Amino acid sequence: MPDLLNSALFWRQVAAAVLGGAACGTVGVWVIMMRIPFVGVAMSHAAFAGAVYGLLLGVNPLLAAAAACVIASVLIGPLAERADVPPNVSIGIIFSLVLGLAFLGIGLMTGARTKAFSYIWGNILVVSSQDVLVMALMTAVVLGFLLLFFKETRAVLFDREVARAVGIPERALFFAMLILCGLTVTANLNTIGGLLIFSLIVNPPSAAYQLTYRLSTMFLLSACFGVGSCLVGLLVSYLTDAPSGAVIIIASSVCFGLALAFSPKRRRARLQIT
Amino acid sequence: MSCAVGLKRVSVSYYHHVALSDVSLSFHKGDFVGVIGPNGAGKTTLLTIINGLGRVRAGEVEILGQKAGCGRFRRLRQRIGYVPQNINVDPRAPVNCREAVMMGRLGRIGVLRSVTAGDSQVVDRMMKLTGIMHLSDRPVGQISGGERQKVALARALAQEPDVLLLDEPTTNLDPLAVDEMKRLVVRAYREFELTVVMVTHQLEHLPEACNKVVMMKHGRIVASGTREEMLVPEKLGSLFADA
Repeated sequence: MPDLLNSALFWRQVAAAVLGGAACGTVGVWVIMMRIPFVGVAMSHAAFAGAVYGLLLGVNPLLAAAAACVIASVLIGPLAERADVPPNVSIGIIFSLVLGLAFLGIGLMTGARTKAFSYIWGNILVVSSQDVLVMALMTAVVLGFLLLFFKETRAVLFDREVARAVGIPERALFFAMLILCGLTVTANLNTIGGLLIFSLIVNPPSAAYQLTYRLSTMFLLSACFGVGSCLVGLLVSYLTDAPSGAVIIIASSVCFGLALAFSPKRRRARLQIT
Repeated sequence: MSCAVGLKRVSVSYYHHVALSDVSLSFHKGDFVGVIGPNGAGKTTLLTIINGLGRVRAGEVEILGQKAGCGRFRRLRQRIGYVPQNINVDPRAPVNCREAVMMGRLGRIGVLRSVTAGDSQVVDRMMKLTGIMHLSDRPVGQISGGERQKVALARALAQEPDVLLLDEPTTNLDPLAVDEMKRLVVRAYREFELTVVMVTHQLEHLPEACNKVVMMKHGRIVASGTREEMLVPEKLGSLFADA
């Protein structure tokens, strides 16, 4: 254990768990409150597609993934508005498009595709200093945005029509939240992976939603649950050699299950019925 | 009297459905206008055009002396209070009644600016006026339909608007709640010298203070005039016939 505590890699893993869990837990609240949980899937696959084309074209895969996420975010919002389709439908269309593009890119690759597939699964155990730096930057941006625009985002998350009617720049905030969601996915691509990050975006805020009537507390709980899930995943992975990503997802799902079981909101609903 | 709301040959369509067709009207400052008509007449669309939430396909809109253009409408919207039809809120939603009313101030406060003591006083005043002070900490999804309409009214009034738009504010309320809502709307109209546009398809829900009535059917204005001229059996009969 002393060796482990002196290891720079171990502390990078802990930092990645804390940063990834906090950022995903925070953007997850936006996603759950706007009732567009599948935006996480669409973004993660857009990031994956971007990384694949980055590898194909010899461009930094993370930069290509970030660009793909921003494009997907920008398409999801206006597509929903201009075509007058529900956001979940436009997310579904973007998801299927980026999935097709990703597999086309993989098909065009020659030689080993290990690097491309690593963006699906991620691996927190081999996190680099650069990964931690990118994650720290992204987490700071997400938390900074939340602090600066908390009162406005609360209105947008409550009801977009009401937010627009009172004169808040609702569209700009909605698109900013989508873009930050995409960039958070990108920042966590190497460590948590494009496929697994979806549950880290959905489970912690869903658990927090069961436990509080205050939005600020929901953000705090969600970030804590995200961080806790990642640290549990890391710990169990060290102890049992189990794949870290899978344990993180199971931990966050258990967290949701416990929150649902002990939810004061469900108790109150039962009391109201009786 | 100066013009608060002016629409000139305005048309609105969604796909193949024409929601408003060639609508022209003008309301003066201080008017209390009742817009009546059967379901699908275009009443809600009319309100969304006045507050800039809807998209105009043709025609001109002038609100509070300013031509409606994309760039300026957000600022203008801060002066237009809007009470939408009773919206469904998840009972578990993490927003309480006071926070919901405070949302009405946000346009005036502006982004990157903090809520001041003055803003809190305005919110308190509107919550007292609408009789919902005791609900401050209650989740907004866990109050009755009538209480939720009062929250929506308090939020719209917290904007300190010049124009107040009400979209079926009394629908699905019991008779006592309807009377209470009408009383509150009239009190706000008089106390804050508002221009009020109230949409309803239940004529008895129009308060006595309503001095002008617009009748709509199939996206068109079929008649308009004073309350006495409009609320007569012949006109009402033809408005709601074959609706």
